Formats: sequence, C-alpha cells, structure tokens
Amino acid sequence: MTAYAHSIGSKTYRFGSLKELMAKASPARSGDFLAGIAASDDTERVAAQMALAEVPLKTFLNEALVAYEQDEVTRLIIDEHDAVAFAPVAHLTVGDFRNWLLSDAADGASLTALAPGLTPEMAAAVSKIMRNQDLILVARKCRVVTRFRNTIGLEGRLSTRLQPNDPTDDPAGIAASIVDGLMYGSGDAVIGINPASDSIASVMTLVQMLDASIAHYRIPTQSCVLCHVTTTIEAINRGAPVDLVFQSIAGTEAANAGFGISLRVLDEARDAALSLKRGTVGDNVMYFETGQGSALSANAHHGIDQQTCEARAYAVARKYRPLLVNTVVGFIGPEYLYDGKQIIRAGLEDHFCGKLLGLPMGCDVCYTNHAEADQNDMDVLLTVLAVAGVTYIMGVPGADDIMLNYQTTSFHDALYVRKVLGLKPAPEFEAWLHSVGIFEPGDTPRLAKRLPQPFQRVLAKLS
Amino acid sequence: MPMEPVTADLWQQLRQYSRARIALGHAGTSLPTRPHLEFQFAHARARDAVHHRLDAQNLHMAIAQRGHEVMLLHSAAKDRHIYLQRPDLGRRLDDASRQVLDARAAARQGECELAFMIADGLSAIAIQENALPFLDAMLPRLAGEGWLDAPIVVVEQGRVAVGDEVGQVLRARLVVILIGERPGLSAPDSMGIYLTYQPAIGAADASRNCISNVRRDGLSYELAAHKLFYLISEARRRKLTGVALKDEAEVAPQCLTAPGRNILVETGDQADLAAYRHG
Repeated sequence: MTAYAHSIGSKTYRFGSLKELMAKASPARSGDFLAGIAASDDTERVAAQMALAEVPLKTFLNEALVAYEQDEVTRLIIDEHDAVAFAPVAHLTVGDFRNWLLSDAADGASLTALAPGLTPEMAAAVSKIMRNQDLILVARKCRVVTRFRNTIGLEGRLSTRLQPNDPTDDPAGIAASIVDGLMYGSGDAVIGINPASDSIASVMTLVQMLDASIAHYRIPTQSCVLCHVTTTIEAINRGAPVDLVFQSIAGTEAANAGFGISLRVLDEARDAALSLKRGTVGDNVMYFETGQGSALSANAHHGIDQQTCEARAYAVARKYRPLLVNTVVGFIGPEYLYDGKQIIRAGLEDHFCGKLLGLPMGCDVCYTNHAEADQNDMDVLLTVLAVAGVTYIMGVPGADDIMLNYQTTSFHDALYVRKVLGLKPAPEFEAWLHSVGIFEPGDTPRLAKRLPQPFQRVLAKLS
Repeated sequence: MPMEPVTADLWQQLRQYSRARIALGHAGTSLPTRPHLEFQFAHARARDAVHHRLDAQNLHMAIAQRGHEVMLLHSAAKDRHIYLQRPDLGRRLDDASRQVLDARAAARQGECELAFMIADGLSAIAIQENALPFLDAMLPRLAGEGWLDAPIVVVEQGRVAVGDEVGQVLRARLVVILIGERPGLSAPDSMGIYLTYQPAIGAADASRNCISNVRRDGLSYELAAHKLFYLISEARRRKLTGVALKDEAEVAPQCLTAPGRNILVETGDQADLAAYRHG
C-alpha cells in the first residue's frame, strides 16, 4: 500500500494509504468523525487536499480502495472501465483534472464522452478539492437525457417526482395527494409512492392504482412503487403493470447485501421490467436512490469516507441505464450530515459526481427534525442545485411527508425555482399541463384559475 | 381591478381523505402566509422536543411514589450536541452510571426476569407526556405476575440499545425500554416501546420488538399495555424476541389493507379508458 505525504513549511503530513488520504481530504462532516477517519483538524484536511491534488488519476485504476477479490462493486468499476474514453485525461493529476473540468475544453460533448472513462473514486477525489461553485459550474455543463414515457434532463428543464405517500397506503389518501400535485404541475419525473408496507398484495394494489390513474388522465409520465426490488420482481411475475423498478443502492458489496441485493438481483429486475415494454419513448426502466452514510450505517464502509462510498454507488447505478437516480441527502440524520451546511455541501457533491459519471441525477432536498437544518437551508440547496442543472427534485404536499416523517421539497417549492430560473417540466408533460388546463398559456408557470375539465366531474362527485 | 393575492385551491373536499398538507392555496405560485407559518410552528415544536431536557428528578419521584425502586443513570453522551452526532455513545452508560449499576447488580445477586427502562431518546417531551400514564396502565398487569423484579432505570441521553447494557449488567431475561421517538411535524410527542430478550451489548435491532406511536392521540396506553403484556408473555414462553415473534403479536394490526378506493378513477370510467395505454 502506497503512503502519501505533504510538506508545508517545516511540517510534514503523512497519510498511510489512498483511502486514508481521501477520507482526510473530505470536507468535514459528522459521519466521517463518527467513523473515526476524518482529518483531526482543518490544516490536516487542507494538507490532505494538497496531497490528493498531486495524485495521478491513473492511481485509482491501480489501487482499489476495497480489494477486487472482496467486492463486486470494485470488480464492476475495474472491469467496465473504458480506457479509450479515459485517454483524454489519463495524463492528469487530480489537481490538473479540476483545472481541466473548469476549462472550456470540458463542454457537454467532451464530458459525455469522458464519463465511461471515469471511476467513482476519480470523481470523488476531484470533488474533495472543489468549492461549491466549482461543483455547480461543472455539473451544469454535463447533459444526461433519459426516456420512458417522456424526456427527462433536457437543457432548461427541471422535473419533479410526485411523492404522494400515505401512512396506511390508503388509495384514497394517495389519490388526494396526487390530485394536489398534478394541479401544481408536479410529477413528470415519476409518480412514485414509498409504501408503508412491503407486502406483495399492498404493492400490487398501488401499482394498479397508479397505472389506472395515469391511463385515465393520459399523463405522459411513469409510475413507481418504491418497495424492495424482490417484491417488484414478484409483482411483475404476478402481472402487475410495473413501469419503473426501484431500489436503494450503496457503494460496497457488503452494504448492498445489507439492503438485501446484489448485482445479480438488479440484473434480474431490469430484465423483468424491460420484458414488459411499457416505455413509449425510451427504455430507461430503473430508479435508484442513494445517500451518504448508508455504507457506514450498515458497518460496510471498509474505512472509506462516506462521500467516496456514495460515489461508488453511482457505478452500480450506471450499469443499469436508469431513468432516475437521486441522493436522499438529508434523510439519514445528523450523525452523518449534521447541519444545513453539511447537507448543502453533500447535495452538491452527490449531484456533481452523479452527473460526471453520466447519471440522470436528482436530489431529495430534505432534512429531519433532529438535524440542525430548516426550510431556509432547503431553499438554498434547492436553488443552488437548480442552478447546477439538477435533473429532478421531489414534490410532497406542503413539504411534509406524513409517511416517512421528514421534510422535503413541496409542489410550491418546485414552482418557485422554475419561476426564478425559467425552468420547465419535461416537454411532453409540459404540453399535457397546458392541454389539460393546469397551467395557463405562457412561458412562466401560472396556475389556472378554474378546475381543469378532466378533474371537474370526479371532484364534483366527492363534494 | 385589484386581484386577491391568495388563490384558494378548488379541491378542498380532498382533505377528508388525507392528513397531508393538501389544498393549501397559493400566493403567486408560493405558499400563502398562513400555511407557511403553520408549518414553521410545527417544525419549531418538533425542534423544541428534540432539545427539551428530561426532568429526570420529577420522573424519579413519581415512580418512587408508585412504590417502585428507581435508578437515575446517564449515557456516555454528555449532552444533546454529542448525543445527536454520536449514536454509539448514546448506546452506552457513562462510567459513573456503570459503577452504580454494577454495585446494584452485585448487591442483588442472581438473575432477574424483567428490567424496565425509560430513556429520553429524541423526544423528552414524549417521555414526560406518556411514560407515567403508560406505566399506570402497565405496572398493575405485571404486578399480578410478579415479573418486574428489578429497579426501573431512567437513562438520560439514551438510545434504544443502552437497554442492552443495563439488561446485561442486571442479568435480565427481558428488557423493556420506553423511549422518545424522533419527532415528526404532526407528532412531536410519540413514545416507542422496545422489548429485547436476553439483552447483551451489541444486540441486533432485528432481535427486538417495537410498539410505536404511543401517545394521547396515537396508540392508547391501554392498547399499548395490552400489546406489550402479550409480547412479554410470548417472549418468555418462546424464549425470543424479534422478527420471529413479530408476525403473531399483531393483536390489533394497524390498517395497511387499503381501506379506501382510488377516487381518481370512477368505476364506470374504467372500461372506456382501459384502451388508452400510452400509444
């Protein structure tokens, strides 16, 4: 194992291994302190960043952070690395790579071509020496477009997942939140329910209800019930009309085992979803969620810092050409991301790394009540992510998810950020919003004063 | 002509189907002042619950008045700031507490049946509001069986797993811990109850049973006590807790069987629209 050192004046800082160097170079966050791998003070952290800037990118191909023999995620990263795509930056150090990313040589086309040549560790390493504005500027240059029943990720667009969760999986309660969301123009990324119960019967009911609703109102979007992947496979086997297969994923084989999954199970799930051929404009059928700290919480981090573990999850995600990937950045709690500052930084890192690796990266801009964070922090993260070109965000009624008991972005929040930055929904969905009469004609989102015709009759019956 | 700045939503009737914050209306496209400040209040209440300090002395007195021996202990997380960032410290006793408990265990010798514990967890308010009314529903049930043969232990800045250390030191066959759950916007005062058979430091979470949402407007004290008594009886009989016990202990299962219908789609409309499947 190579050791690293960096001298500033008379003081020499030593780092025993590449993963120690990565961990100590990571901007401060509670999860790395909890793991006992963070820099001991700010000067050691910057010294580590200086040492990391000198590391050639090629090093990451030769020095695996988790042994190749021990971890299928490492094998995936190494075996599927595209050396030809890597060639344009193969001679660079991490520090030079940052400069290159900021330069005009890195544009949409060159970044798209480069993505298969980058490993998650390279993306994580360069992110550690980037300021927030660097993460925004470079992510904004990346363009990742995916399709199922609409087109997600085009320039000038921001999509939303309509998240109509209900603590008892009651279809009436879920439908009420769906109407609320649709009337505010939410739901082009997906209408996706986190079920309270993972039971197959309950999941089947919800999948069928979403299918019927999307068909009834002819909404150009897709549905997903975010149960365990094995439950979705079973639902498909029983004939459920599944659009997207969901799974939470992490960056090590052991952490994925903690989620009850492996690459083999994900292969099987994607094949099952593809066999249904339900996409009309594309076949991106997978939806993944990630989040810093998941590997540590499963005691499966192998001494690797949480941001690098997170980036490794993106290697898993990109193998399956997903329609959507989002980090659930503030959900895990203050022992991993303590406050608004750490959550905002992590959100920008995750979005940058995901985009750089070629993923349709969204973000669940969120926090829990025991984190030192509030709505103002979420406003900042939402705004900077939208400037960075985030693919999609969540939408829940009034920012309050009554099933998962956390706060994420509301339908109103999405309209705020669309308004201030001139962002529109996916084009097919935008056309639907106008044709149904949810949005008034025009370029800025204005909500119609009258109840849209298709919803008039059904609502009248419920009065 | 001046326009009303706030537009009410035209689907108020949907509020009967959901507790979600739907039909809030809009000012421009933003949240109107009233729902905005209602949200801020709910969050402030939840934040206060997280940072509220448990009045352990008062709790001690109240339990002692009910004729039970009480011990006041503290976790290794010395304050809330550390507690929130170091879950590992909230799972262990501090040195002074450990010594006190060791001494108490040495004095009694032998095993005990059931150790009962109370910890603030993430909401001391949940404990202050619910612990005593719950004990009043629960303790008479236990007294009849003679199972509760250890002091009731109160731990400040404690997490669920601190019960493993306490149970291990007391050589308890079963440990019950009442703990404040993470406050939500709608309920900052929800208490959880965890039951662990043969508690030992490092026990897996899958080896516990949990009764959640115990509070005045949630699961009632009587029903929670009924459930816990059932779980304790079964755990003693089958010599285990956790996943294997869970399925059969659902005496009054929360409704997860989709009681409502999809109000978005009228029954009569299903056929004529079934043809439409996106191209």
